[in-house]
Amino acid sequence: MEMFWLIPLFPGASALILAVFGKWLPKKYVSWQACLSVLASFGLSLVSFFGLLRVSAGSLPVIKTLFSWVAAGSFNADLSFQLDPLSSIMTLVVTGVGFLIHVYSVGYMAHDNGYKRYFTYLNLFTFAMLILVTGANLVLMFVGWEGVGLCSYLLIGFWFEKHSAANAGKKAFIVNRIGDAAFILGIFFIFLVVGSGDFRAINGAIEGGAFTQGMATLAALLLFAGATGKSAQIPLYVWLPDAMEGPTPVSALIHAATMVTAGVYMVARMNLLFSLSGAAGQVVGLVGGLTAIFAATMALTQNDIKRVLAYSTISQIGYMFIGCGVGAYSAGIFHLYTHAFFKSLLFLAAGSVMHALSGELDMRKMGGLRKYLPLTYPTFLVGAIAIAGVPFLSGFFSKDAILTQAFAQGRYFLWALGLMGAVLTAFYMFRLVFLTFFGEERLDSHAKEHLHESPRVMTIPLVILAFFSVVAGYAGLPVVLGEKANLFDRFLEPVIHPGHEGHLSIGSEWLLILASVAVALCGIYIAYVFYLKSPRTPHRVVARFPAIYRLLYNKYYVDEIYNAAFVKPMVNGSRAVYDTFDLKVIDGTINGTAAATGFAGKALSFIQSGLVKDYALVILLGVVIFLGYLLF
Amino acid sequence: MIPVGWFFGLSILLFVLGVIGFFVKRDLITMFMSVEVMLNAANLAFIALAKGSGSPAGQVIVFFVITVAAAEAAVGLAIILLVFRQKRSIKAEDMDLMKG
Repeated sequence: MEMFWLIPLFPGASALILAVFGKWLPKKYVSWQACLSVLASFGLSLVSFFGLLRVSAGSLPVIKTLFSWVAAGSFNADLSFQLDPLSSIMTLVVTGVGFLIHVYSVGYMAHDNGYKRYFTYLNLFTFAMLILVTGANLVLMFVGWEGVGLCSYLLIGFWFEKHSAANAGKKAFIVNRIGDAAFILGIFFIFLVVGSGDFRAINGAIEGGAFTQGMATLAALLLFAGATGKSAQIPLYVWLPDAMEGPTPVSALIHAATMVTAGVYMVARMNLLFSLSGAAGQVVGLVGGLTAIFAATMALTQNDIKRVLAYSTISQIGYMFIGCGVGAYSAGIFHLYTHAFFKSLLFLAAGSVMHALSGELDMRKMGGLRKYLPLTYPTFLVGAIAIAGVPFLSGFFSKDAILTQAFAQGRYFLWALGLMGAVLTAFYMFRLVFLTFFGEERLDSHAKEHLHESPRVMTIPLVILAFFSVVAGYAGLPVVLGEKANLFDRFLEPVIHPGHEGHLSIGSEWLLILASVAVALCGIYIAYVFYLKSPRTPHRVVARFPAIYRLLYNKYYVDEIYNAAFVKPMVNGSRAVYDTFDLKVIDGTINGTAAATGFAGKALSFIQSGLVKDYALVILLGVVIFLGYLLF
Repeated sequence: MIPVGWFFGLSILLFVLGVIGFFVKRDLITMFMSVEVMLNAANLAFIALAKGSGSPAGQVIVFFVITVAAAEAAVGLAIILLVFRQKRSIKAEDMDLMKG
């Protein structure tokens, strides 16, 4: 496990080879190399994980410093990697889910012209994400953070010949820049206070009292602003729904399982800082809670199958931030870990549906697909049940852990938001299931001709992910089943510094669990009534509340508001500056200089008569003057 | 024995003749010949000085000048020939391609 720092290396090397030699490599070789490099990383992650279990908590984290990377005066950063329970879980999720998605992509992208480019980017993304989670200081983390942002941009705009895809890529990149600007300010501030970006040094400084509460709040909020960009939280979530323009496996890997959860990882990594500043925790929890419910309501009315899942992702990350906000960092990470399985499963299954329907995304043109897709349907159903929070599947355990902690900390408002979000989650997921797989067939005749289940290379990853969506939750059983039942919490204990954990009586724990179960089943039942039992109900509801429906259907007009408030003034302002300053002042100066030079040249050009004799006369004159000077 | 000063006098006379010829004549060949006259005026001055001072340096320089003048004559005549082919004229005032 001393070799854990090699984990990012395999996909990185593979990406490099594909980028340089990809043109000459056969397609089959590209598939094998891309998948096996991630599998090798996964193997090494597993080895490191088991190695970590044998290491005593006192000697954590395991640090591997390769060399001094930046040394400029008092600013120092090493190229160093660290392994502790948190990064170990992250590497397992990234490489495990990443490997399955690589395999799935072999089938999904088989007929795409950009096949090699696609796997280059995907490998590069895995590399950057692994750097992000294994880096031992803020600088290296930031390198990974920007690297995944770049790959996200490249992959959203993968089909760049499509105008909307190119625009979506730009939108994602620019919105992320806003968050990243704050994030890098936060890093600078921490450097200013601590004098180092090393996580151990930062934690040591916090424990040593280098931060006052106000300073901690400032640093934590700046970092969290970066997280709202990357993890698509209010107010910077707008890029994620548009990011669905990318290939579906990309949505599964980057925009559901790994990259968008980087913000949660970062908050958990800096948990001492966030715990020290109570206010920052309040903000994190509130933003998470509001996002969870806000995004869930937007998911209710969307007809694009991937967009529903995108809003669902935003909402679920909101849950993770509720967990972090109430100090239950391990619950947040636990939800990150279970969410990676069931959300990538849902995306991949949605991709499989699209594949079967020749690229159809609109749920109004689906329906009754249950009997045509005998493997996609049950796996999708498992994912939907898991995310809805039905007991005994992974999503239930993790969501319940967060809500219980929110309640135990006395943050009843967040708990209520989460519970309401849970009803909505169950509702929109089963709306998706019923509209897609049940009911009458509303297929295009063209799509119906080509209707087929996906090849095995795509369905096997679905089955594996479905298996983990069921069992992954058993790593973190609720406290009611015994104090020691939550293996996940105990594993993370060396990283997550114990806060003031609220404790509830067994009775109230059971009550909370019952409440979670009740809302989940309630949401599913409402969806059943709306879309299966009496399919006219949705129309009646819409007719009853047209204003609310329009508001939700147009996503609260947030894009329009942002356009009017930020984009338009920026574009108009830039244009005004361009017209007045660039065109008149800068261009005027440049053109003026050129004109003056030209005029002077023209004025002096009479000297150049082009006649040999004139030149000779000037030489003679020069000689005479020179001689006269010498002689007299 | 003729005094050195006479040689200088002749040299200056030749040089001034060359300069006048260069400016008065209009065709390139005559101008070119005038340049040669000027060169040889300088050569004569060198030789006279070498004889007067007893140092061989001036004579050596004259050899160099003669060599260079030979090369220059070849190149110069070739240029004049080419100019004539282009313009059907060897009048100096017709060559004003470089007029600003």
